[in-house]
Order: sequence, then structure tokens, then C-alpha cells
Amino acid sequence: MSEFVRPKSKEEFALNFAQIKPPMNDTEAFYESSRCLFCYDAPCVNACPTEIDIPLFIRQINTKNTEGAAKTIYESNYLGNTCGKVCPTEVLCEGACVFNNQNVKPIEIGRLQSFASSNAIMGNKKLFELGNPNGKKVAIIGAGPAGVSCACELSREGFEVDIYEAKSQSSGLVMHGVAPYKITNEVVMHEMSYLEKQFGYKVIYNNIIDSRDKIKALENNYDAIFLGVGLGKTNRIGLNGENLENVFGAVEFIEKLKLQHEEVTIGKKVIVLGGGNTAMDVASECARMGSDSVKLFYRGDKTKMSAYEFEYDLAKGVGVKGVFNAVPLEILEEGGILKGVRFANTTNKSKKVPESEFTEECDMVIMATGQSKMVNFFSLINNLELDKKNRIKVNDRFQTTNEKYFAAGDAMNGGVEVVNAVAEAKMAAQGIKKYLLKVKA
Amino acid sequence: MDDLSINFAGIKAPNPFWLASAPPTNSGYQVMKAFDQGWGGAVWKTLGVPVINVSSRYGGLNYRDTRMMGFNNIELITDRPLKDNLKEIEEVKKYFPDHAVIASLMVESREEWHQIVRDVENAGADGLELNFGCPHGMCERGMGSAVGQEPEVLKTIVSWVKEVAKTPVIVKLTPNITDITEPGLAAVEGGGDAISLINTIQSLVGVDIDNFVSYPNVGGESTNGGYCGPAVKPIALNMLKNCAQHSGINIPISGIGGIENWKDAVEHILLGASSVQVCTAVMHYGFGIIREMTSGLERYMDNKGFNTINDMVGKALPNIKTWENLNLNHKVTANINADKCIECQLCYTACEDGAHQAIGLQKDVSRVPYVIEENCVGCNLCSLVCPVEGCITMERKDDGKEVVTWSDKTIKGTAPETFNDERAGGIGHYVPEPKDALNKNR
Ligand SMILES: Cc1cc2nc3c(=O)[nH]c(=O)nc-3n(C[C@H](O)[C@H](O)[C@H](O)COP(=O)(O)OP(=O)(O)OC[C@H]3O[C@@H](n4cnc5c(N)ncnc54)[C@H](O)[C@@H]3O)c2cc1C
Ligand SMILES: Cc1cc2nc3c(=O)[nH]c(=O)nc-3n(C[C@H](O)[C@H](O)[C@H](O)COP(=O)(O)O)c2cc1C
Ligand code: SF4
Repeated sequence: MSEFVRPKSKEEFALNFAQIKPPMNDTEAFYESSRCLFCYDAPCVNACPTEIDIPLFIRQINTKNTEGAAKTIYESNYLGNTCGKVCPTEVLCEGACVFNNQNVKPIEIGRLQSFASSNAIMGNKKLFELGNPNGKKVAIIGAGPAGVSCACELSREGFEVDIYEAKSQSSGLVMHGVAPYKITNEVVMHEMSYLEKQFGYKVIYNNIIDSRDKIKALENNYDAIFLGVGLGKTNRIGLNGENLENVFGAVEFIEKLKLQHEEVTIGKKVIVLGGGNTAMDVASECARMGSDSVKLFYRGDKTKMSAYEFEYDLAKGVGVKGVFNAVPLEILEEGGILKGVRFANTTNKSKKVPESEFTEECDMVIMATGQSKMVNFFSLINNLELDKKNRIKVNDRFQTTNEKYFAAGDAMNGGVEVVNAVAEAKMAAQGIKKYLLKVKA
Repeated sequence: MDDLSINFAGIKAPNPFWLASAPPTNSGYQVMKAFDQGWGGAVWKTLGVPVINVSSRYGGLNYRDTRMMGFNNIELITDRPLKDNLKEIEEVKKYFPDHAVIASLMVESREEWHQIVRDVENAGADGLELNFGCPHGMCERGMGSAVGQEPEVLKTIVSWVKEVAKTPVIVKLTPNITDITEPGLAAVEGGGDAISLINTIQSLVGVDIDNFVSYPNVGGESTNGGYCGPAVKPIALNMLKNCAQHSGINIPISGIGGIENWKDAVEHILLGASSVQVCTAVMHYGFGIIREMTSGLERYMDNKGFNTINDMVGKALPNIKTWENLNLNHKVTANINADKCIECQLCYTACEDGAHQAIGLQKDVSRVPYVIEENCVGCNLCSLVCPVEGCITMERKDDGKEVVTWSDKTIKGTAPETFNDERAGGIGHYVPEPKDALNKNR
């Protein structure tokens, strides 16, 4: 991991976590937009969960109608700038670009999208007229991508919207989870305050909804409630030693890193447990923080990992070493101090291989073993049914089994991407409109 | 080794690539530099009574990220004194005796023509080019295209020049005229030794939509200018063909207009040019483009077995006919190579909206479009919009046994004659019902 030196200043942190999709300048955007073929029934549009009219905004950029391009983007996706940077475009729009069929580099759709949307943000361009107030009030719990997208759409439709957010900032996991080399906190905050100003909804920060009384109060004061609470803490898997110092849940560790940057302490030898995108992210992040060695242990073989191939490649690229078919048995200590992890090898059917146990030394363990569901919170709401995986059940209008409540994003889909939360929450807002204004479906 | 050298109406040059009379030939310095890099000849920036130019002077037509597809200028002839130019012509000829230096001229009276012809020939010019083409600034003063558009005047001036000229006289024609062969013939009748075409086309290259003034902007005002560059090649080629095919125009032709690479030059030559001239491409990329031009031309001549430029001059002319002599029985239809298709569906939307609804989509099966052969009229549009080389090809469908032309049909009386004639070509072609348009999405 020699390439990354432990960052000691803001500047060094920014260098180690350099943006993988840096902003485009006018010239770059012009040349890149010139390459677009303007496909009929463009596959990139179909691959985008928010169905942005990509060829249209690219043409608009090309004809110097950057503001029109931003409008095209925000029309479909209220987190246009964020998505352009954090979306796994390799498997979405850019993965669908027909140039891939010709072994030509696909159009850099994500970066073009951010070019146009950040232009609107930095110029504080007014893109939308808000609808006349319709007299209805909606409360939103959670100012993550889902909550914010829902708030924007509802405000445009003339609803009065208040978001209740437990933390002191909006954007949810974008600020607290997404890898720092994908987006900087500053960029996230710019888009968040731009949206608040554009759409005029209110966010009440540091206001967690965690009791029946608070729920009751919301129910009395609002005509409908949208749940955009996302997921909870990292799942515990019941290993001995899980509670030792220097053993972290991935989302908790990442949140700390996102807020404290170079001030976070990092182990010299780090073990990451897991095979999902969060595992890849956290392993990359430790490497960029200057750990001497970062090893990622996954219980199955490489092909079984749920992480996208490009995410694993990204981690490998910064020196992370993947170890496959290895299941953790216990976390070892000596005098209360973390010493290492004992593993056993597994077959491809995930069965333990007898007498294959081995120990790997380390001074830090990060468990990327999935996020839990907010079941305690859900139990505060009457008649709110969950599915077998403890996801909130909704109908095709994103209405829950308690008709006053609507839900979208990670809490409903079990955890996908920002763009999915944004897409669903916009549709949920339309569901709320139909419900409250008795519009025929 | 191929022989690229030419003898154009008596003017010899090591290769057919000449600089056109324009800013790249403004000075001895530039012409020397060009010869040093491999250009075969240069037509000196037009000489006459020096002018005063405005600034700015140029405008460009860009297509997406391609700059200067077309180029527009409002410059006039040289703004440098004649004596300086003469001195430099002399010097260039001293260093490059075997290269072609042609003096482009534009003056008014017979005395002036006589004087300037003698002057440039004394300085060592190998030939003369009479500029009857400039479409702005000079024509208002009775020169340039004002002459080129009046065949009788043109003929008179050519004969004035011929009264004293000892070197070959090339007459440069303006494209700002309906029938280019009229001034072409007048040049022959006046005694011209060759013609060159085209000069720039009268144009207005674009409008600054924020400030309500066209380009180029001269202190908030503008004027029309002359158009050239890659965009004008098709117009130049057509005029070249018209002159080259005309039985009365039997003198050599120098091809000009939109030449940027060896292929453009070959096209001009195949249509009858025995030398070619380049302006915009040099203004864009510099003299260095000559390396690509000569190497490409040599490779082409090798591949085709041409030993000299003359072997290929006019080779395409016999195959260019008038429309009524084309074979109406020749039938091609489009064929999409599924292995090469990248699934952009541009051919589909082009044919669907812009042609004959002859390409279908296999909804839910594959994004590769297919050709509905019975609807395909063989227009080519799909293959032109397809971004992949060789993916859509036009395949021949008729047996080639019988040739039927419009001329044949008129003679036999089988061509359509009335508004609802049963013999119309479109009868039997599939056309959807108008209202079918309404339930199509996008
Ligand atoms: C480590 C990590 C990396 C990721 N990287 C990417 C990536 O690169 N690209 C991508 O597209 N997606 C990524 N994701 C997924 C993405 O972040 C989520 O899918 C998305 O943020 C979901 O949005 P949400 O609004 O549903 O939930 P969240 O973003 O979780 O937002 C929920 C919000 O609700 C608030 N909240 C919760 N409970 C309460 C309560 N009771 N009262 C008040 N407020 C409450 C929370 O504080 C939070 O602000 C990543 C996820 C993780 C964990
Ligand atoms: C800026 C500029 C100045 C020109 N000046 C002259 C000129 O003085 N005399 C002349 O005969 N043609 C002049 N031309 C026309 C060129 O010689 C040439 O005919 C024309 O540009 C077409 O060739 P191209 O497409 O290679 O540019 C000029 C063209 C340009 C762009
Ligand atoms: S939102 Fe994501 S998937 Fe959609 S166009 Fe933007 S970057 Fe691509």
C-alpha cells in the first residue's frame, strides 16, 4: 500500500481521495457531448432508474444550452449532480451506451450530467415554478435521497412539506456513507441547499422521530407521512470478539471517516469482512488512509461477491488484497487487545474445509456484513407491515399498509443505490398526490 | 516510384499540389517555407492596387466539435505594395527554379493589366492567374466576380492580357453564377490557356445571436463574404465536372475548393483537374499537411497502377451522366449486418421518419433493426446515418439484364404524364395510413 501515505492535512486527504469523476470544464464537456450518437429509444435512458432523457441533455450541452440540460436532468432526477458522481454508471447508463458494442469508450454520461447540474447549482439557476399551495401538508421522516426527492416533487405539486431529520445535515448516506473519492461533502451540501432554496420545503434537523408520541404528533399535524429512513447499523454476526475495541461496523466506520477525514485513526493491518460494495468501499478507504496492509476476506469465491466487478477492481487498484473462500470463526484478543482473526477455508458450496483453520494477524477489523433494518422504528407505526426481509411493504403507489404512510428508498427496497431511492420517492410523491387530492389513477 | 510532376498548360511543377492565392501566399517567406515542406506550386496572393483590410475578417462554420467545416472571409486582394511582392517573387524563383510560382492579378484598365503582367513576368513568374472571382469588396468596384459574372467583359480582359503575356494565362472563375460553363467558354474564347475554379462562394457565415450582428464582427457591424473550406467541395466538384465535360472547354483546369487531404485532391483530379489548389486547409493546419497529401496520393497511384497524374485526370467523367440517362431498373436494398450493428437504431428512426418506413424493430427480442425489403426503395439513407463502417450495405437486387432510362421512356411514351398516372414510380410502394402515426410512441 506504499502508494498512499497516511494523510495528515486536508490537502493530503484530498489528494489520497482524489475524485474519480472530477468535474468537466467547458471544453471537455463540449468535446464529449459531440460524440453522442443520439440513439433512437436510447439504451442509456432505459438503463437509468430515473429515466433521464440523456441524449436530449447531451445535445443541450453541445448546443450551449447548459441550463436547459440541467432542467432536463432535474425534471427526472432531483439529485442530478450527486447521481452523476455516485451512480454506478458502469452498470447503468454508461454500461448501456451502444459504443460498448464497438469497443469504443462509452460517453461519460455521469460526468456530463454533473457538468450541467453543477452549473445550475453554482449559478443558483431557478429551473422550476412551484405549484399553487393546495392546502395539504406532508411530513417526511429522513432527509436522505428518498426524503429529499419526495420533498422536491411534493413542493412542485403545491404541498407544504416538512422533513424531520435525525442528523444535522441532509442527504443521508450520501454525506455519511458514499466513498469520499466519489463525491466531496462540499458538493453534496451545495446540491442540498440548492434544492431547499429551489423548492422551499423545510428541514427540521437534529430531530429524530423515535417515540409513539412523536409519531402521533405527526399524524395529527400532517395529511400524509413519507418514510425515507433508510437502513440501520451494521449487522452483527455473533462472532466472539465482535465488541472489542478496533472492531468496527463498516457503515459506522465510514460515517466517522466521512465526517472526520484525516483525523480518523486507522490500523496498520486491516481486515475487512464481506463481499458487497460496502466492503469494497471500506477496504479502498483504509488503503487510501495509508494502512500498511488491507485484506478483504470473503466466505465464498470471487464470483459470488455481490459487489460490482468495477468496485472490486477499484479496491484492487489501490492495493487491497482479496482472500476468498475464508469464513471468520472468531476475533482474537490478548489482554483485551485485538490480535487477529481466525478463519477456516470453505468450499465453493460455502462448507467449511476440515482442518483448514488459519489465523491472520491484524490491529483493526471492519465488518461489512450488511445493514440492519429499522424494525424498532417501524413498530412505532400502527399497521405498518413488513415483508420477510423486514422491508416496508408498499403497493404500486408506494403506499404502505397504513394508508397515511408512504415509503421508498433503502427502507423499502432493502438497500440499492441513490438513484433508485430518488426514482421511487418521486413516484411515491405522485402516489401521495393521488391519495390526498383524490386524483384518479 | 510514381511521377507526381505535372506540366499544367506549360507550367511545370514537381507535384500537383499548389497553394491557392490567399493569405498563405501573402509573402515570399510563406511561399518559400511551403516549397521547402513539399508544395509543388503557389499562386501568389492577388496583386493589384493594394487595399486596406478590416478587422476582424474571418468567420467559421463549426459542426459539433469539428471546427471550420466552412470558412468565410471578407478580405480583399493584397495590401502590400507591388514592388515588395515583385522582389520576393524574384527571390523565391532563385531558390526554387523548378517550382511553380503563379502571379494572381486583379486590376482595372487595359494599361494596368499590361503593366502588371510585364512586371510579374520580369520578376520571374511562371504563369498568371486572373482573379475574376472575389465575391466581396472588389466586385463593387467593377473587379473580381463582377467580371467573372459577365462573360463578355471577362473575354475582353483575357484578350488584353494575352496581348502581352509570355507565360500561360489561367482564368480563375467565380462560382457565384448559374452556369459556370459560360465564363469558362468566355475564357477559352478570350485566349486563356487554362481555367481554375472555384473562388469563394458569396456567403454569410452566421449570426451572433446575442448582439444581433453577423460574423465576422467589425465593430458591431458586418458584411457578406466568401465561403470556402471542406463544406464547399461538393459545389466545386460539380462546377469542375460541368467545365470538364463541356466540349468547348478544352483547356487544362486547376481544381480548387475544399481540398484538405489526398482523397479530396484525387476526387478533383478524377473529375478533370490537372493541378489542385488549397487555401483553407493550410490556414487551418499549416503547410505540414502536404506530407499526408503526397504520401496518400502516391499510395493511391501505386494501388491503382497510375504512373503519372495525367493517367488519372478525368477518369470519373465518363461515368457521370445526366439524370435521364440513369438506369431506372437498377435496384438495391439495404442490408444490416447484425454482427456489426451496435444497436443505436438511428437507421430505424431515419427511415421511419425521413424515408420509407422500411426498417422495423424486433420489439422485446433484440435491438438490432431489420429491413422490410419490399418497402425499401434503396435510397441509402440508413447506410449514411449508420455510425459503423460497413454495417449497412446496399445489395443489388435486379438481374442487370435490361437497362431502362427516363429518356427511353419518354421516347417510347411510357413515362408518367398525368397527375394520377398509373405508371408513377411510387405506385405499389407501401405507405402506412395517416392515422397509424398517432399510436406510435416517441
Ligand atoms: C457505505 C455505503 C456506500 C454507498 N455507496 C453508494 C454509491 O457509491 N452510489 C450509490 O448510488 N449508492 C451508494 N450507497 C447506497 C445509498 O447511499 C443508499 O441507497 C441511499 O442513500 C438510500 O437513500 P435513503 O434516502 O433511502 O436512505 P438514507 O440515505 O439512509 O437516508 C435516511 C435518512 O433518514 C434519517 N433517519 C433515519 N431514521 C430517522 C428517524 N427515526 N427520524 C429522523 N430521521 C431519521 C437518517 O439520518 C438519514 O439522513 C452506499 C451505501 C453505503 C452504506
Ligand atoms: C482569407 C482568404 C483570402 C482569399 N484571397 C484570395 C485572393 O486574393 N485571390 C484569389 O484568387 N482567391 C482568394 N481566395 C480564395 C482561395 O484562393 C480559394 O479559391 C478558396 O478559398 C477555395 O479553396 P479552399 O476551399 O481550399 O479554401 C481567398 C480565400 C480566403 C479564405
Ligand atoms: S442518474 Fe445515474 S444512471 Fe441515470 S443517467 Fe445519471 S448517472 Fe446515469
